[in-house]
Amino acid sequence: MVNRRDAIKKNKLVSSMKGEGTLLVLLVVLILFPFVMSFITGTGMNEGVTKFWQGQLIIFFIMAVFAMSYDLLMGFGGILSFGHAASFGGGAYTFALLMKHVVPPITHNYRITIGSVNITDAIVLIVVFLVVLLVSILIGLLFAATSIRLKGAYFAMLTLALGSAMHMLVKATDFHKWTGADEGLHGVPVPVWLNPTQNRLTVYFVSLAFLIICYLLMKRMVNSPTGRVIIANRENEDRMRMIGYNPVTYRTIAFVSASIFAGFAGALYSIWNTSATPTMVSAVMTVNALIITILGGMGTLVGAILGAAIMQVISQFFYTWFGARWPLVFGVLFILIVMFLPYGIIGTWRMKKHDLKQFFEQGKRIIAQKKTLNQEEEA
Amino acid sequence: MTKDIILEAKSLTKAFGSLVAVDDVSIAIQAKTMHAIIGPNGAGKTTLFNLLSGVLPPTKGEVFYKGENITSLPPYKRAHLGIGRSYQITNIFPNLSVIENVRLAAQAKGKDNFKLFRKVDDFHEYVNKAYEVIGIVDLAGRANDFARDLTHGEKRKLELGIMLACDPELLLFDEPTAGMSSDQVPELISIINQIVQQRERTAILVEHRMDVVMSISDVVTVMNQGRILAEGAPSDIANNQQVQTAYLGDLYGELA
Repeated sequence: MVNRRDAIKKNKLVSSMKGEGTLLVLLVVLILFPFVMSFITGTGMNEGVTKFWQGQLIIFFIMAVFAMSYDLLMGFGGILSFGHAASFGGGAYTFALLMKHVVPPITHNYRITIGSVNITDAIVLIVVFLVVLLVSILIGLLFAATSIRLKGAYFAMLTLALGSAMHMLVKATDFHKWTGADEGLHGVPVPVWLNPTQNRLTVYFVSLAFLIICYLLMKRMVNSPTGRVIIANRENEDRMRMIGYNPVTYRTIAFVSASIFAGFAGALYSIWNTSATPTMVSAVMTVNALIITILGGMGTLVGAILGAAIMQVISQFFYTWFGARWPLVFGVLFILIVMFLPYGIIGTWRMKKHDLKQFFEQGKRIIAQKKTLNQEEEA
Repeated sequence: MTKDIILEAKSLTKAFGSLVAVDDVSIAIQAKTMHAIIGPNGAGKTTLFNLLSGVLPPTKGEVFYKGENITSLPPYKRAHLGIGRSYQITNIFPNLSVIENVRLAAQAKGKDNFKLFRKVDDFHEYVNKAYEVIGIVDLAGRANDFARDLTHGEKRKLELGIMLACDPELLLFDEPTAGMSSDQVPELISIINQIVQQRERTAILVEHRMDVVMSISDVVTVMNQGRILAEGAPSDIANNQQVQTAYLGDLYGELA
């Protein structure tokens, strides 16, 4: 039995190394991408097509994190929330509000230096992100509180209501002075080195690093003792309770951690757009994450990343091909995907991998048999 | 003698609207015995189980575990005290592997549930415990299969395995042989016997198969229409005239 376990461990190790290898190659491709693109097209790093595609990838990186955080809730925790955009938008608005209304007077009057180096910007940015963290935790707790007593459709409806309430709050004309109501907050002052128009390459690498860190953290989480209990919540809440876990506790952990990832993604999105708009808080944003997760495969973090990439590419090309009506075409495609790949791209692939392998091996065997038969005939 | 009573229910009542499923039931379970609860369909056995395990709050009455009032404790806290339960309808984690089903149960009582950034495989204690348990319930060969792919009989064993991995002192078996064919029953019963007797545990067993009840239990309580009809050693129960008419029918009358 010990041998058997060792063998399983070895197998796991090999397969995980294979997986990491593919990801590593992808990572190198993504790191080299801007340079290669610039070389091929002959455009500078911060102009033309090269700049445009960096932008597309930045959106992809951020959406991938948002989708993964949604997957953490839905795919792993079995929690169907229609208000997840509240965390994303909450992060975006917290960042934008602070940067626009709170930070300028401070940086105007105070200066923090180490020796002769001015670190005011850096310190301010760190503090702002800490506030984003705090707000995300609070939003996560708020949603977790609704899940204490409600289940299924009722719970989903309440999350939709909560999300809509947040949406209305940022659109409220009462706060026009601060939030810009319907138009949102524009022209958020971002430090020059992090400005997506002036220094897009920096934003590109910051977003890429953000995606990788979030992926690694979430991957760790879903394989941790806590993460496994969160998965058990998806599988069978009653049984989970009966073996000694309080489902509310673990749902709260899922909500808060998903909210933190989404909140940071939102803040980064606000840097990328130098704005925060009501769309970022709307149900459309949540549905985007839902579609991405289903496309890639629920309960697989890699699926959420792949889904986000596909969405980004599709929305880009479909827009040029079909114009403003592209979602109509995409809807049909989405229905087809759900019909033929019910577990998403990665999910279905993982399920069928074994069958496909057998199929090919059978094919190989038949070909080999035929070859030997032919040889025998010739002889 | 009260020292040896591990679980005690005092005048438990549970009403669903006008239907009184459990009516003023008082029952005391001696430690380290196999206590069977039998009765015809609708007698209130499963409701009584739900009251004892905390799934349902009682309308009236109290439950004591080792002298401590646990009437208002939620199930997950009762699990930490050492009350484990298996279900009549198979209640497992279908899309997890067999070993993961059991490992989760083994992890529940430990202090590592809130380690968010450590790998599960690093906690050998739970993994080893899980392998030990699936050895006992005879599922070692299917450790890495999905629980949903098991046969019904295997799912029943997994059900027991999940309960066992929690390492409970008091085990509540809700019809462990439900839906199994007769030739599969003896194996399951021997597993139950092994769990209960080797480890000196207490067990409460709801069961429909008379042969099973009569052969393995020390005390039998008969329920009918939400009330306790009789209680005693298996042989006494089999000879009890009242019980025979209510439940056992003519079969055990002939045997006795």
